[in-house]
Amino acid sequence: MYFLALKMLFNDKAKFFGIVMGVTLASLVITQQGSIFVGLMARTFGVITDMNYPDIWVMDPKVQFIDDTKPLADTKLFEVRGVPGVASAVPLYKGMIRARTDNGLFQNCNLYGLDDSTLIGGPGEMVEGRLADLRMADSVIVDVEGASDKLAKKNPVPGGPKIPLSIGDTLELNDHRAVVVGISRGSRTFQSQPNVFTTYSRAVTFAPKERKLLSFVLVKAEPGEDLEKLRARITEATGLAAYTSQQFKMLTVNYFLKYTGIPINFGIAVSLGFIIGTLITGFMFYSFTIDNLKYLGTLKAMGTGDTTLMTMILLQALSVGCIGFGIGAGAATVFGMSMSGTQLAFWITWQILALSGGAVVIICMLAAMLSVRKVVALEPAVVFKG
Amino acid sequence: MTAIASQLGLGADPAGRALAVRCRGVVKNYGTGQSVVRALRGIDLDVYQGELLMLVGPSGCGKTTLISVIAGVLDRDAGECSVFGEDFSTMNSRERTRFRGKTIGFVFQSFNLIPTLTIAENVSVPLLLNGVDRRRALAKAKDILGTVGLGDRVNDAPNRLSGGQQQRVAIARALVHDPKLIVCDEPTSALDHETGHRVVELLKGVAMSGNRSLVVVTHDNRIFDFADRIAHMDDGAVDKIVGSAKELYGPNLNNDRGGK
Repeated sequence: MYFLALKMLFNDKAKFFGIVMGVTLASLVITQQGSIFVGLMARTFGVITDMNYPDIWVMDPKVQFIDDTKPLADTKLFEVRGVPGVASAVPLYKGMIRARTDNGLFQNCNLYGLDDSTLIGGPGEMVEGRLADLRMADSVIVDVEGASDKLAKKNPVPGGPKIPLSIGDTLELNDHRAVVVGISRGSRTFQSQPNVFTTYSRAVTFAPKERKLLSFVLVKAEPGEDLEKLRARITEATGLAAYTSQQFKMLTVNYFLKYTGIPINFGIAVSLGFIIGTLITGFMFYSFTIDNLKYLGTLKAMGTGDTTLMTMILLQALSVGCIGFGIGAGAATVFGMSMSGTQLAFWITWQILALSGGAVVIICMLAAMLSVRKVVALEPAVVFKG
Repeated sequence: MTAIASQLGLGADPAGRALAVRCRGVVKNYGTGQSVVRALRGIDLDVYQGELLMLVGPSGCGKTTLISVIAGVLDRDAGECSVFGEDFSTMNSRERTRFRGKTIGFVFQSFNLIPTLTIAENVSVPLLLNGVDRRRALAKAKDILGTVGLGDRVNDAPNRLSGGQQQRVAIARALVHDPKLIVCDEPTSALDHETGHRVVELLKGVAMSGNRSLVVVTHDNRIFDFADRIAHMDDGAVDKIVGSAKELYGPNLNNDRGGK
């Protein structure tokens, strides 16, 4: 009977495509918008992801997210190094700086100052040059997006494309000369400014004058050390906040979730996808059931039990759900792949697929429920009414 | 036995056939209070095994309600009704559904073939409901479609067949699981005279083999000659049971063209 139930569905092509379209639309919107949301949220902690060295990030207790730096006294670095269980601790400067480009325009950049001796905290991947070249005078490394766009040089040919920065080019950072010694690639960040890396000691000379300039202390724990206990010891000894990388990522994400309208905007889009998908699917599926009511009544009269009929309807609903979900999620994935390499934040995760799949199941169940109610209430005697 | 049953000569078959359906004092009302419609007012009726009984009468006299009660798709309000000794009112919903699926075949006025399935799949439905696996059900459905002369159309959709052919498919569907009772609701009303005649001929020829019982609701007097007995209903009651249409209508046979 279940095979026949599927044939009844698949052979009613107009209704079948209508129902599948409804589910596909919902699945596509939920998966696509969800993935963009996750992609955007992941960008908020892109810097933390790229810096895989530290076990623990130490910062001012008032810091709310990665870009919310509150400078510390340089002496805090030594206090952290003195905490039992800390294998090593290095400074990291993170701040905004104004770069003057080749065409005379100013461009704000994220400036990262890495520990002079170890260069810990450097970019994840070097496209050109070497990280060690930061030890050369006035040297900086620029990320590839910044180098090829916002910090790129003007083309001498009028109307020609910008010429990407390359090794040997110079920049003016807050009135200081800087020489590009490398081009890097890292995770995209939430902010669209170029990322510029240099040594800590050079960064504090580039940075606007402040009494305190240390942004973070990056801690490597001794092997086997319990990170939770070490965090507590650091906080107790220094009065600073200490987070594992994962905790710092969550702190950052939570800030954006709480204080920006991003979740609401995406939530509305996802909800609309769900509601519209439910309405289209529910209406089309109900209409399909109503069209078949006479035949369902016939089956009922001929000896089909309510349980079998309900299972047939659920099977039909879940079948269109699976097909619609497959097409929708597939289309969202193709969309994401086609947009890779662009500015679009898109990160499709199994959780997003599970959410989208769960939403589709709910949509199908809601659609089937309407139909099941109708079929259960159907008097088989209706078949004798012509 | 009620007085009416006695008047109608119910309870004993002169040919000694066993009872297939036994109804005594069956009452069915629709609605309540002042708007109540008394569809069946104490029906007494017997249907014997191997018999084709036609239920006739004017439109609204309760024919369809009566076969709905006999087929167990409608609950009666009072009285007794048993099919092969089994009373639907003593069964729960699941038992009743199972009994119906096994014991009764249905032929409907508008065929009720599922348009999105092939005719072989339509015919296989009663077998599937009785737990036969799909492959065997389809094979048996194709066999019986051959019996009704549609062996070369097994993979066609119902809408590619004529009305007469569709009704033959419906007959095949009613027979495929070898039920002991077949109820037919106006099986010829959607067909022209010649086709209707052929369909009832087929119905009688094929369905009656195997000692089955047929209850046919009709107002088509052109097929009355196929009946073993004709029960005439009026205003929710069976008022006459006769052996032939002439006994019922006499010379005015062709004038009685009432509805259901």
